[in-house]
Amino acid sequence: MASNEEILTGLAEIVNEETGLAPESVEMDKSFTDDLDIDSISMMTIVVNAEEKFGVRIPDEEVKNLKTVGDAVTFISGAQA
Amino acid sequence: MPRKVVITGLGATTPIGGDVPSMWANSLKGVSGARTIEADWVQEFELPVTFAAQITTPASEVLSRVEAKRMDPSTQFAVIASREAWRDSGIEEVDKDRLAVAFATGIGGVWTLLDAWDTLREKGPRRVLPMTVPMLMPNGPAAAVSLDLGARAGAHTPVSACASGTEALHVGLELIRSGKADVVMCGGAEAAIHPMPIAAFAAMQALSRRNDEPELASRPYDTGRNGFVMGEGAGALVIEAEEHALARGARIYAELAGTSVTADAYHITAPDPEGLGATRALKAALFDARAQPEDVVHVNAHATSTPVGDKPEYTALKAALGSHVQDVAVSATKSQTGHLLGASGAVEAVMTVLAIHERKAPVTINLDNQDPEIPLDVVTAPRDLPQGDIVALSNSFGFGGHNAVIVLRNV
Repeated sequence: MASNEEILTGLAEIVNEETGLAPESVEMDKSFTDDLDIDSISMMTIVVNAEEKFGVRIPDEEVKNLKTVGDAVTFISGAQA
Repeated sequence: MPRKVVITGLGATTPIGGDVPSMWANSLKGVSGARTIEADWVQEFELPVTFAAQITTPASEVLSRVEAKRMDPSTQFAVIASREAWRDSGIEEVDKDRLAVAFATGIGGVWTLLDAWDTLREKGPRRVLPMTVPMLMPNGPAAAVSLDLGARAGAHTPVSACASGTEALHVGLELIRSGKADVVMCGGAEAAIHPMPIAAFAAMQALSRRNDEPELASRPYDTGRNGFVMGEGAGALVIEAEEHALARGARIYAELAGTSVTADAYHITAPDPEGLGATRALKAALFDARAQPEDVVHVNAHATSTPVGDKPEYTALKAALGSHVQDVAVSATKSQTGHLLGASGAVEAVMTVLAIHERKAPVTINLDNQDPEIPLDVVTAPRDLPQGDIVALSNSFGFGGHNAVIVLRNV
């Protein structure tokens, strides 16, 4: 079980790996598309990498609801519970 | 008269140099790019061929990590070579609606395709990367170059096996002559030094198995030749309508005076032993360039170093150039670079452009005992080309019976 803080840090690493964005720019209130300029293909790569990192399953139909980094952290946290 | 087309920018990443200046310097010196492959898979699969001519400058040293992640190696090579060619052209402003791309590949994203297959088998469909399709598609290099330059007058991908790179220049010339574009980024890229293509080319007995002496393995026209050496890399050429180049005061390397593409319709892999398709391509390219056989001073030959391939090209050159063939300085640069498959024509075009511009023919290495059935004047030591008006040819032939020839002229 990871804390929200740990999930955010891990997610930031994954986003950095995929897009080159600085990890500190990956903040809870940032929108993946509007703020971080992440396209749908990168988003799917991030989702699959997050699944592996956090040992959760993020269904495809759920991905469109993950608008912000905070949405993803909350979902992952809930899925781990 | 059709629009005159000139070459104003050159780029390359090859087994004998990671950019044009280093490749060109080495090609005049005569070096071999072939080495034993340092990868676990050579032993793992007990490959019958354990060497290849790999690029000298890894793409990771040129591209950012994130940039490279979204590109198959073939596309990485294309982007690296085309960026060098674009910088070299000195073009600062261009109407992007009049800028096209013709970037070839023989095989396309074979690493991506096979990595994805391995991932599917080992980890299941969820782990297959979402970027797999755009990375494996054969038009990936052309599309990436178009995106990189903002070229909007079409991005074309000629695919004709080992003739692809030369066919790209044919396509580019036609685009400018027909008025559909003013500038075209032409080129070819290949990244197929992977165990599966090596196994497949070896299965058809096309590869040299000189595993203990890789640097001696690629030996076109030599009696000891026993197959080609797999190479990789990319070549890129900015071609431009002459009036467009003159208007911006461009440095012009040479004129792309004519091209031709023909098909043997003889056999899926074997060259027509009479070289009829190649002869027609040579004659048609010379006609297209309004050139006479006597104008030709230099040929960068296809010459892959296979026992069956090298001779029909000689037969075709003799048929197209007549007795003048003996006065032509022939370079077989695959002796140095190995065979870059769909990129070979583009890399050899870069060398031939420089041969015209610098009036120097690159060197053929490993020619110890010239095949008496191929009595060409092969350039084995640095040689100057004559002053005055000169014409040079570069030939490429591909499985499928594809023949492609370009004709270059000094300006």
